[in-house]
Amino acid sequence: MAAKRSVIPFGPQHPVLPEPIHIDLITEDEKVVEAVPSIGFVHRGLEQLVTKKDFGEMVYVAERICGICSFGHGYGYVKTIEHIMGIEPTDRARYIRTLLFELSRMHSHILWLGLMADAFGFESLFMETWRLREKILDMLESATGGRVIFSIIRIGGLRKDVPDDILKGFIPELEKVVEGIKSCEKVFLSDPAVLSRLKGVGYLSKEDAINLGCEGPFLRASGVDWDNRMRGYAAYPSVDFDIITSNDGDSYARCYVRIQEIYQSAAIIRQCIEKMPQEGIYVPIKGFPNGEHMTVIEQPRGGACYYVQASGKKFIERMRVRTPTFANIPALVKTLQGCDVSDVPILVVTIDPCISCTER
Amino acid sequence: MLENLEVIGLIGLLNKVKEIKNEDYRIMQICSTKIDEEYELLYTFGREYEIKHLKTTIRYGEHVPSISDIFPSAFLYENEMHDLFGIAIDGINHDYKGNLYRTAVEAPFAGSEA
Amino acid sequence: MRISKSPWLLHYDGSSCNGCDIEVLATTAPRFDIERFGIINTGNPRHADIFLCTGGVNSQNQDVVRQIYDQMPDPKVVLACGICACDGGIFKDCYNILGGTDTVIPVDVYVPGCAVRPEALIDGVVKALKILDEKNEKMKRGEYRSLTSSEYAAKINGDVKEAGDSEGEEKTDA
Repeated sequence: MAAKRSVIPFGPQHPVLPEPIHIDLITEDEKVVEAVPSIGFVHRGLEQLVTKKDFGEMVYVAERICGICSFGHGYGYVKTIEHIMGIEPTDRARYIRTLLFELSRMHSHILWLGLMADAFGFESLFMETWRLREKILDMLESATGGRVIFSIIRIGGLRKDVPDDILKGFIPELEKVVEGIKSCEKVFLSDPAVLSRLKGVGYLSKEDAINLGCEGPFLRASGVDWDNRMRGYAAYPSVDFDIITSNDGDSYARCYVRIQEIYQSAAIIRQCIEKMPQEGIYVPIKGFPNGEHMTVIEQPRGGACYYVQASGKKFIERMRVRTPTFANIPALVKTLQGCDVSDVPILVVTIDPCISCTER
Repeated sequence: MLENLEVIGLIGLLNKVKEIKNEDYRIMQICSTKIDEEYELLYTFGREYEIKHLKTTIRYGEHVPSISDIFPSAFLYENEMHDLFGIAIDGINHDYKGNLYRTAVEAPFAGSEA
Repeated sequence: MRISKSPWLLHYDGSSCNGCDIEVLATTAPRFDIERFGIINTGNPRHADIFLCTGGVNSQNQDVVRQIYDQMPDPKVVLACGICACDGGIFKDCYNILGGTDTVIPVDVYVPGCAVRPEALIDGVVKALKILDEKNEKMKRGEYRSLTSSEYAAKINGDVKEAGDSEGEEKTDA
């Protein structure tokens, strides 16, 4: 007898999802044969705010594209405007930006580890990772004053300096976080119960990962060594780091890549603190931006494109943000095809979906 | 001021995109901007760290051919463009028919005539 | 304060930027540990007593918010978490934002902040517990029934906001 086709709606309100996304799963018995995503539950239309907020105020709006990658969005927008206006931020500003960016990456990845643990039903592991994450948030708070949205970045540099003694204090704190993650890593990467949920689940080949336009850890877990930090912005050219990849292409590989990136970020932060240049966090700006530019940076979830078109007025003409999750959705649909219904929550979480980024 | 920018007419779009596809580029984003009485479409392609832009300009109401046959993952960008700008795009492989974003205002970025 | 029951929370992300959502989750995590009050974060509206809504309401999710609210059993309390849920916040001017949570369902406690701080959220939830108890008492006496979302819509469309719109409305000063 032929399998019966049925449609199972997944989301928008679902226990595993902190954010709303809706996917229609077309299933034959327990197998998903097709997945049709629909988005738009968080669409605010903030790109349209360029007509109401001037180019300086748009930094705040850009930061609020997403509360998890908030610093990255602010940075991406600021960097684009700075390029158009021909502003070169000071060395110290570049280093502090890099440091904050990497702290954001750490908190985002640890947050993801927690959500992943929650998705495969390991509540205490969720609690443990989120306890570690609070240490990162403490560092961010002591540096910027905010836990989630920082508003420390501005066009031309930074709004305020972060004193050296606070920065020095980060090093022992980072040590503790890395130690904590190492003990969690044992569970994520070698516990048999966890492995049974991750190994071989949601395989994506290297070719598909490239052709479907994947980004970030999702791409690198399929064996592609692209990392937009290698484009050399901020202080990345002056610090030492390698691109982390894995060839397995499954959920386990995505977990592995993200855990390694946490250690990598900690190492980058340490280098930034050691090499921190003195003096100067702000270059005054004159006039209004005129021209267009696109910046690509590496967000925790992957490459993000920021496009700005300005015509020498106080209000810019167009701001467009292509976020990594948006690029990852076609590949998510691909990995969902042929999976078990019970694996759907895990697969959705493995791309580290950030819906409010996606829909803006 | 965009690097590697090529401005082309709408007619040559598909052929040019095919050429780019054969050079192993992948789609990075599609974006539209309203300039006075026209829309400017910006297609961005990437290969490792190289980026290539194609820009074309269309009038209000003009139909644009879909590139989703060439780059299957372009469907989201094209649906987005249709929903936000009201640009008619022909032959998208997954056409949401305006249901990707259900906005309070129809085609909120569109010009007055659309 | 005496707590008479262990209320369960339900969280829904309206159209927030995520900042408030992760703070809601962080509130349940060990540092702030709202679970010490016997509170559990549930995913099922039918089990929930307190509804934490983050972010503004847009045309696509308004029905979802209404539906979740209507599915919750009486007595129920709604918390608007973060400035976007209170009145739209920075996104107020966006074409797709209708306004805060109170444009579609009655809100009992407003917790402002961008993003809302976990301390403020705990304060808000504790205030909500008090309101929950009061509603429970009134319900036992048969004096209270919460408005359904459609009744609420009729009410706000009929006459623009009167003072003391929803029972026991309070603001936290976080």
